[in-house]
Amino acid sequence: MNSPEPIRGAAPESLYEARKTVHNKRIDGPFRRFKWLVMLVTLTIYYVTPWLRWDRGPYAPDQAVLVDLANRRFYMFGIEIWPHEFYFVAGLLIMAGIGLFLVTSAVGRAWCGYACPQTVWTDVFQHIDRFVDGDRNARVRLDNAPWTVGKIARRLFKWSIYLLISMATGGAWILYFADAPTLLRDFVAGEAAPVAYGTVLILTFTTFALGGFMREQVCIYMCPWPRIQTAMLDEKSLIVTYKDWRGEPRGSVKKAEKNPDEFGDCIDCMQCVQVCPTGIDIREGAQIGCITCALCIDACDRVMKDIGRPRGLIDYATLEDCERETAGEPPRPAWKALLHIRTLVYLLIWGSIGLGLLFALGNRAHTDISVTPDRNPPFMLMSDGSVRNAYTIKLRNMQARPREMEVSVEGLPEGKFWTDKIGLEQADQAQRVRVDADATLAIRAYVIVPSGAKSQDFIFKVTALDEQGETDTSETLFNAPGGM
Amino acid sequence: MANKRIDQPTGTETVGHEWDGIEELNTPLPRWWLWLFYITIVWAAVYTVLYPAWPMISKGTEGYFGWTSRGQLAQEIDAVEASRAEFRTQLANLPVEQLQANPGLMGQAVAGGSAAFKVNCVQCHGSGAAGSPGFPNLADDDWLWGGDIKAIETTLTHGIRQPGDGATRLSAMPPFAGAFSPAQMNALVDHVLSLSGNGQSSAVGAQLYADNCVACHGAAGEGDRMQGAPRLNDAITLYGNSRDAIARQIQQPRMGVMPSWQGRLDPVTIKMLAAYVHSLGGGEDFVEAGPEPVTQADEQP
Repeated sequence: MNSPEPIRGAAPESLYEARKTVHNKRIDGPFRRFKWLVMLVTLTIYYVTPWLRWDRGPYAPDQAVLVDLANRRFYMFGIEIWPHEFYFVAGLLIMAGIGLFLVTSAVGRAWCGYACPQTVWTDVFQHIDRFVDGDRNARVRLDNAPWTVGKIARRLFKWSIYLLISMATGGAWILYFADAPTLLRDFVAGEAAPVAYGTVLILTFTTFALGGFMREQVCIYMCPWPRIQTAMLDEKSLIVTYKDWRGEPRGSVKKAEKNPDEFGDCIDCMQCVQVCPTGIDIREGAQIGCITCALCIDACDRVMKDIGRPRGLIDYATLEDCERETAGEPPRPAWKALLHIRTLVYLLIWGSIGLGLLFALGNRAHTDISVTPDRNPPFMLMSDGSVRNAYTIKLRNMQARPREMEVSVEGLPEGKFWTDKIGLEQADQAQRVRVDADATLAIRAYVIVPSGAKSQDFIFKVTALDEQGETDTSETLFNAPGGM
Repeated sequence: MANKRIDQPTGTETVGHEWDGIEELNTPLPRWWLWLFYITIVWAAVYTVLYPAWPMISKGTEGYFGWTSRGQLAQEIDAVEASRAEFRTQLANLPVEQLQANPGLMGQAVAGGSAAFKVNCVQCHGSGAAGSPGFPNLADDDWLWGGDIKAIETTLTHGIRQPGDGATRLSAMPPFAGAFSPAQMNALVDHVLSLSGNGQSSAVGAQLYADNCVACHGAAGEGDRMQGAPRLNDAITLYGNSRDAIARQIQQPRMGVMPSWQGRLDPVTIKMLAAYVHSLGGGEDFVEAGPEPVTQADEQP
């Protein structure tokens, strides 16, 4: 082999797929209108919730939904969660997870198609594109045009709108973590906490990047949820399907008029591809890029209507239905797809957790005592031969009002105690303390038992001295010389 | 012999060498990676000039900024001290016996005292302040020299049996080795034990006690805090309550010492320590023994 001629121009195989910008066309139809409605509802919830007020009396904030990290409280309308009740939040997250399973099992990727923030914000940004640069064809032309002053100005204008929306997104997020009117004023005046500015900065950047530029790539490459869903979907799942048995082979209207038996209903007008926000061709079948927003159904139905063919060439259907229809059987009503066993099982699990949480919420105590005995020294011999043990007691008053409480020692013969607030001379079997509204009070308790005490278990009991008279107990150990 | 060619499947040039049919593709480092590498070299060079870096014979280079980790620590300590300055001034100006009337200041003093205790006191008194034989328990209600916050501060400031400190707590129990016969010794130990209800006294023992011990320990063994004579009629003994321990303490008494902390710790830290020890559960209330405190007229003439 003597110096073979180098092969020039051989195209290397690349593993990288360059992104093709999606310029989705405007479409109107029932699903598009439903999408508008969902967008309106979700964005309204997101932007309005922090401004709702909820009266909790003078000792608690009046914001309806508030994650108060500084004071470690989570308020949601009439519910107040303390850190030790975080299992409610864990329960809600589990419900959210199973809720996604439930929705996927019943109606396929409806979350992806309508309610996912990535979908909603991408939709908003795509409407901004349309508003600034015109519909699909105009945008394609502008994209291919050289960078003139006009194009730069147009791009800067568009990006500044992106930026405003992104800032509003990040800005609204922080309002859930502090009193909204105060925080907004401080934020504008430059007096808010650095973490507020940092959070807004990060969320502005992520919204700008994910919603403004990455868009469908987030769904296709970054998000784990489509992958989980592909594992969950089966032949009974409702998906957006192109009915190839009806559409193939494709042919134009004219060709079909000449040879009516040769061609299917699809006239290859590409409308379904052009309106797709993720730029896929639904006729290739179910795929990870399909978020089931159903805009292609709107597009196809409109074309079918115009050329006088029945609607539903692209439609919500299960694969089972497709097979049935291919075999020539009549389609099943859509509600039947909702009722299959897996959906009902998810509904049952979801509902049981929800009911369990509601039950726990209704029955939770608002008074709590926890006791930690001193370990060093475990006991103290006093000069009269009596034995003293020291404890740190924490009393929780989870009501929005100050309460008197009685703490008592039970199951300890002759046991008395005093505290760091009440002197030795007032040592007694029970002591009254006042716990501030919505607060934890730590007291040092010194329990004394006359000489001859034995090590034994006993309980501290707290009784709220109000109408409800809630009680709680905590078992602990009294140490004495000689051990148990 | 360089024999470069383009490798067909990958479209990459080979380096031109071939060993038994095995060739290597020429895939150079990416430019951006190379530039980052050069930047790190420049960064390192600048760093060694600005910060301590090169070891020399006796010490390393100091760097243009003169930064040291020790200096940074000192700065951080200074910053913490500065943040506590106001509290320390308040505490310095407040007589220790008035500290309890000021719960906020008392709380801070107890916290500060707890930290100082762990550094200076746990060696003898134990981390829980429960002491051990020979080293007094600070959490019980038995005090040799007084358990109000002022007395505790005095003990801390001047120590116990410290030569060179005129105000130190000073007492000495004479050794009675050889003074009593074994029978007398037994009787005396019996009497001492009986004071705390642990045994039967006898006429001999009571007489011996009255002749030798009453002056300091009192007729009923109630002790005397003025001269640091321990109570004998309570359940607590510093050196043990066995017969042997009591006999040994009569014949060759052990007497502990405590450093005088004046000069080792600043007065504010001593106050904080006094507050902490007082808060352990056995602290007594301060009883004003001196003249009435001077009241200031707040009306201008």
